[in-house]
Amino acid sequence: MTDTATTPVAATPTGKQRKKATSFDPNPAKAGWLTKTVLTVICVLWMVPLLGTFITSFRSLDAVNSSGWWTVFRHPTTMDLTLDNYHKALTGNAHMGRAMINSLAITLPATFIPILIAAFAAYAFTFMEFPGRDVLFLTIVSLLVVPNYVAFVPILKLYRQLGMNGTFPAVWLAHIGFGMSLAIYILRNYMATLPKTIIESAKIDGASHYQTFFRLVLPMSVPALAAFAIFQFLWVWNDLLVALVFIGPGENEPVTVGLTHLKTQLGQGWELTTAGGFLTMIVPIIVFLALQRYFVRGLTAGAVKG
Amino acid sequence: MLVKSSSTLITVLVGIGAALLLFWILNKLAELLPGRWEHRVKPYLYILPAFASITVYLIYPTILTVNNSFKDNLSRNYVGFRNYTTLFHSQEFRETLFNTLLWVIIVPSVAVVLGLAVAVLTDRLSPGAEKFSKTVLFLPMAISMIGAATIWRFVYAAEPKGQPQIGILNAFIGIFNWGPIAWLQKSTFHLNSLLLMVILLWAQIGFSMVLLSAAVKGVPADTLEAARIDGANERQIFFRVTVPQIKGTLITVLITVTIGTMKVFDIVYVNTNGDFNTNVLGNLFYNNISTFLNYGAASAIVVILMIAVIPIMWYQVRHFRAEEAGAS
Repeated sequence: MTDTATTPVAATPTGKQRKKATSFDPNPAKAGWLTKTVLTVICVLWMVPLLGTFITSFRSLDAVNSSGWWTVFRHPTTMDLTLDNYHKALTGNAHMGRAMINSLAITLPATFIPILIAAFAAYAFTFMEFPGRDVLFLTIVSLLVVPNYVAFVPILKLYRQLGMNGTFPAVWLAHIGFGMSLAIYILRNYMATLPKTIIESAKIDGASHYQTFFRLVLPMSVPALAAFAIFQFLWVWNDLLVALVFIGPGENEPVTVGLTHLKTQLGQGWELTTAGGFLTMIVPIIVFLALQRYFVRGLTAGAVKG
Repeated sequence: MLVKSSSTLITVLVGIGAALLLFWILNKLAELLPGRWEHRVKPYLYILPAFASITVYLIYPTILTVNNSFKDNLSRNYVGFRNYTTLFHSQEFRETLFNTLLWVIIVPSVAVVLGLAVAVLTDRLSPGAEKFSKTVLFLPMAISMIGAATIWRFVYAAEPKGQPQIGILNAFIGIFNWGPIAWLQKSTFHLNSLLLMVILLWAQIGFSMVLLSAAVKGVPADTLEAARIDGANERQIFFRVTVPQIKGTLITVLITVTIGTMKVFDIVYVNTNGDFNTNVLGNLFYNNISTFLNYGAASAIVVILMIAVIPIMWYQVRHFRAEEAGAS
């Protein structure tokens, strides 16, 4: 451990890699035409399915069923695009508008609460001495890879007894439990890089652990907190299985469950599934593009989740 | 809608507020204790909510699941190993197991190889082009599997012969007077499973690319330069200098994608629901708890999955200990 009080941000365990050791050009193998062609082809292949669905979401049912989405480029002047699908998906029987509110109601607490709980635990694991600490932490490390499938049947029964099936807290608590070991792992690894001297001096100044946690450690851990927050946000928003099992179809269903209805119930409604699909994607894509940097750091930090 | 929104907002605030209140109370409780005890008990109170949630949602269910796997379909009476023997005797389960094995072998290895290739290639681009192509490849990570399934429907869709094809793959082979092929129903050589794997790879390549790209950039330039001065060609440098130095990340990516692939569910569920010999353990598990209401079989499937992750768990703990020993 270094005793110098470096800024914590510079000491991320995961983010920036070592600087290149020397100043000469590390990469004499610059991209040739072959590299550029291969990458262009890959990028186009990656985007074509997305583009196709995006265009389809603006086409009428007749158009979708009678011709491929790429035909819109043949007659660019008479594209005949419509916002109908979005209108129907949001307001009609599909209830995607309601589902989006539900998704937010599930995702926000299921993201913030585990962070708070995990941050307290990570603080104790990093800055407090107590018997059994190492054993308990190793338990968490080993639980990282346990598939959360183990929980479904027992918890389903437990919820049934408590009458909790279909409620928001039922999924919050499940996501809190499933995300907890990864959250503690990421946050503890990050806190271990914070300068111990600052925490020591706070103690000497008479600050309690509670104050040190909220006033020093939590603000200093923002990069790691943000990393996990994005990770968990995307995970919960995009989750289908937990929502299907503990909430199921109905009043409180999130967008992922809503979209499965569009696919099955309204068999004729291809055009609605695309609009509905984009409605489910819009929030995570915005979060992702805006906070990509933190997300990458989160992935590099605690890549393994069971 | 307004009522719904505001009641939802209140639920959210109450939930988050309750979590904050919990810690405030726990801390107050600790402070009520006499001096020495306060310091002894406080760490345990700080980790209590975390451990409570892990215990309720992972540890206790694990024990119960192992137990249930030896009970009948509604977990009433013990039936010994019957759930396991029934599973392994059924043709359907063996096919499911084999399919899952295919997923677990193919997806992680392709994800690592392709991810590494893209990471190395993008590293050679100008910074702007690198950032752009990485965002393009990484973007599908933000999309749910059910969203991805919606997207890929327009790739694999098949219309009867003679009608205009709306799936791009059939439209493409139609140019050569071939097809149409109902892709997701073709189980010859597991073609449909492979095509479903493409969807997962489409979503996952970005993940392995980002991790491996960070590792490739972290390889010290002087080791590369030294190899170059010694007359090594680019291929030798890649396999003998770069790859050994990023071995740790390669293993991490392989493990992470493997665990994710073992549990694959959404893609199969929404595309084929396991029909046409595409079933995997995750979907069979879900069918058992939702459609067949056979908790015994479902529990046995989870236990099989858990046994499969034990080696990874063991590696993980060993790796963590080695890292901690190295750090301090």
